[in-house]
Amino acid sequence: MKGLITAVSGPTVTVDLPEVKLYDRVSIGHSGLMGEVVRMERDQAVVQVYEDTRGLGIGEPARGLEKPLTVALGPGLLARIFDGLQRPLERLGEAQGPFIRAGKAPEPLEPDRPWHFVPVKRAGEVVQSGELLGYAEEGPFRHWIGAFQGGGTLTELKEGPFTVQDSIGAFSDGRPIYAVHEWPVRSPRPYRRKLAPSEPLVTGQRCIDFFFPLARGGTAIFPGGFGTGKTVLEQTITKYADTDVVVYVGCGERGNEMAEMLEEFVTLTDPRSGHALTKRTVMVVNTSNMPVAAREASIYTAVTMAEYFRDMGYHVLFLADSISRWAEALREISSALEEMPGEEGYPTYLSSRLSGFVARSGVVETLDGRVGSLTMILSVSPPGGDFTEPVTQACLRNTGAFLMLDTALAHRRHFPAINWFQSYSLYGDAVAHFFADRVAPEWGALKDECRALLQREEKLREVAEIVGAEGLEDEGHLLMHVAEQVRQNFLCQNAYTEDAYSPLDQTHRRIREILAFYRNAEKRLQGGESLEKILKEATP
Amino acid sequence: MRLSEHCYATIASIKSPLLLVEAVRSARMGETVRVIYPDGSEMEGEILKIDGAAVLIQLFGESYGLDVEHSAVVFTDAVKRAPLSTDMLDRVFNGSFLPIDGRPMFIPEQWAPVTGFPINPTLRGSPDEFIETGYSAIDGLNTLVKGQKLPIFSAAGLPSKEMASGILRSARMVARSNEGADKDFVVIFVALGLTHHEYAYYMQTLEAMRTRFMAFINLANDAVVERLLAPRFGLTAAEYLAFERAMDVLVVITDMTNYCDALREVSTAREELPGRRGYPGYMYSDLASLFERAGRIQGRAGSVTMLPVVTMPEDDITHPIPDLTGYITEGQLVLSRELHQKGIFPPMDVLPSLSRLMQRGIGEGRTRADHRGVANLLYKHYAKGRDLRNLETIVGREGMSEKDQGMLDFAEAFEREFVHQGQQRRSIEETLDAGLSVLRRHGLEAP
Repeated sequence: MKGLITAVSGPTVTVDLPEVKLYDRVSIGHSGLMGEVVRMERDQAVVQVYEDTRGLGIGEPARGLEKPLTVALGPGLLARIFDGLQRPLERLGEAQGPFIRAGKAPEPLEPDRPWHFVPVKRAGEVVQSGELLGYAEEGPFRHWIGAFQGGGTLTELKEGPFTVQDSIGAFSDGRPIYAVHEWPVRSPRPYRRKLAPSEPLVTGQRCIDFFFPLARGGTAIFPGGFGTGKTVLEQTITKYADTDVVVYVGCGERGNEMAEMLEEFVTLTDPRSGHALTKRTVMVVNTSNMPVAAREASIYTAVTMAEYFRDMGYHVLFLADSISRWAEALREISSALEEMPGEEGYPTYLSSRLSGFVARSGVVETLDGRVGSLTMILSVSPPGGDFTEPVTQACLRNTGAFLMLDTALAHRRHFPAINWFQSYSLYGDAVAHFFADRVAPEWGALKDECRALLQREEKLREVAEIVGAEGLEDEGHLLMHVAEQVRQNFLCQNAYTEDAYSPLDQTHRRIREILAFYRNAEKRLQGGESLEKILKEATP
Repeated sequence: MRLSEHCYATIASIKSPLLLVEAVRSARMGETVRVIYPDGSEMEGEILKIDGAAVLIQLFGESYGLDVEHSAVVFTDAVKRAPLSTDMLDRVFNGSFLPIDGRPMFIPEQWAPVTGFPINPTLRGSPDEFIETGYSAIDGLNTLVKGQKLPIFSAAGLPSKEMASGILRSARMVARSNEGADKDFVVIFVALGLTHHEYAYYMQTLEAMRTRFMAFINLANDAVVERLLAPRFGLTAAEYLAFERAMDVLVVITDMTNYCDALREVSTAREELPGRRGYPGYMYSDLASLFERAGRIQGRAGSVTMLPVVTMPEDDITHPIPDLTGYITEGQLVLSRELHQKGIFPPMDVLPSLSRLMQRGIGEGRTRADHRGVANLLYKHYAKGRDLRNLETIVGREGMSEKDQGMLDFAEAFEREFVHQGQQRRSIEETLDAGLSVLRRHGLEAP
């Protein structure tokens, strides 16, 4: 299918290709820029181009590729860094040098990298679509290969070495089986059924695990103004979360931060498996100066990879930093298409697009009968730190945990700057049994006690602001002292030290000790001992 | 691809700074055009949008004197490119990269497109080399490193120009601070919509400097659209000097607020949907396309560090300009009216200020082993002291405990002795010692 460019406006290009379908991929111009059909008007198609359209001329050719935007899924994804269109950034750098230029890019998966296939099914067996056929060891990770392009009767399944270009077997109707397949990024991958989240996702962050537990298969948002530590918190969770695979999308954020993270990940090890963190991580990076349309596509590219690992029966954590930049990309494209704007210029479909996206999270029974989960953590960058803006509000309606990052706490260098009064998690009840069974039966009681303590202190602080700290009783002083302990030694966690990761038993021990001290001190105070003496004994 | 320039006299409408030209064959997005005025003078422009044979052009200058009948547009078949050579050092240019220092144009060694290309994130070098600015509030608590972009958030009437030029005068790349190390250090100064008074002040600074420099000057009465171009020229020059000529380049852009206002002006002329406060919805991406050009590249010696100045309208840090800037840059240096009124210079409020890349650039082998410890203590105690000031206004100093009074004194001393330094330059050693001495005198433990 061939046509010509008839109009160019920012990231959108109009071509006279009447036969293309909506969301089909189109190659634009002499340099072959990638784009996607977003609108059809009579015999013209409007294409959203993923690369800089500068230099594109009227009358240059356009070619419909007759398939939508897809990602290649197969061995070799882990430990790799892709851009929003799944171009492998490391090999792109080898080919093009340090600056990214538009046009041709290497294949996403290394075509010649050798793998070793171990089948779990045998010739003659009938497999359903989505059933797992065998695996290849990808470093320490077992990469399952399934009948993701349809089932049938197996006539052959070859154990042994292969590359992503080779077939590893065949069906009775002659269809070859490859270890790699393509999947359209905007279509959710199928599963048998969804299950309710019931296990926590342990993050190693005391404030989250204790007060606002996340659930595997759940969704959480971190909104916060600039400087509140969204990125650091997301990256810390990426490092320490108890999960099999992490898919991280740097969506419209800073290049230096990504560089820092990439460097760090090579040297850090997963506290549980002892392997380098990169070995369980896939990164999709579309920094703020990379093309806007690719930024819009990047979260779909990434979530499709996350679903792919979920379909192997793994627990996958998906993090996007930040979803606001995605929404802004959507707004930019919508405005180039001259659509009627909704609130603050965002398209009116912002909320429905977002809920469609968030719905791709969850715990599922896979087509192979395993249980896999996809947990989503999205950071939100509200303009001016104003949470009433459309993106934060749309996220709130669609997600299960809200961890509000507070500018005032950040200015006090209280990190993670999670506001413990305003944040919430809807998964608390669903995962309570886990903490009671696995960590300590008193977990829930400690949580209530700690929360009440912080609330009482907040009230007291208001009083103290009026009458001065001198006007408080000894009980009040003790409460303020203990609350300070809770903040300093429990809620605060320095991401740059050993303390960045706190296992659950340590989290439990710390809060238990602080609260036990408080109960004891309160009793001694009532028994007539002086506050000064009690506090002196407490600080060695 | 066309092989020659095409000239059209088919201007259909003029809506400053935009022109609509009709019946144009095979125009290219972003192509540079020359508009010929009826009096024979010329002005450059750029193609913004093409719809069939109709082309929308943005002029990089005033449209006074243009008409529909007698003006013409030449399509050059090339995108906007910057001429580059090391001969551009120690020269002053206008916002269109033409010399305004009375000397002839240099001969370019190469040309590069002004919009640049994004750096592949996997090939970015880690920004971890300390730059000594000479100001304690920055070096000690909000350390600047090579390849960072760190804006100064100022407000009307605050001495941002004194501070920016102070940094220009005394910035040093300490990692190689032995003799002659600064010869690879270059300052690129981009003035956007500056008043003549400010311009004169900056030029005085630049001329008195030992460091080599380049300046792009767009004054308050120069063309507004040029403000969108000048920083891109500056950054293209910076990338060339840094990554082709291995220099450490510090780019100072003042004032980004004028840049954003120019962006809004052009966006409105294009009848685009306005976002917050009338600024276009793509302002984040647009600002990022400038700020993200700061950085280092693995295996190359140079660096591009950016120090943009943003004047916060109405002192409001949540205004879209400082807000979006803060989301892109790696921290911010916030100036405070209160400190300025106390006579403190630089009047930098360290509490809302932040350098995100500081952790990497300090400590043993970079600054001093105790840097992190000293910085954390100073910050912690000052924050506490500032909190107590609120209490002081309610209960009065007498109503406070001795310990709290001590913290108040500390906060005061911190501002007067550590933040305040007037015209004096402090090395990082002196900064940390000053910090330690303030801590010790108030009986606060040293790290």
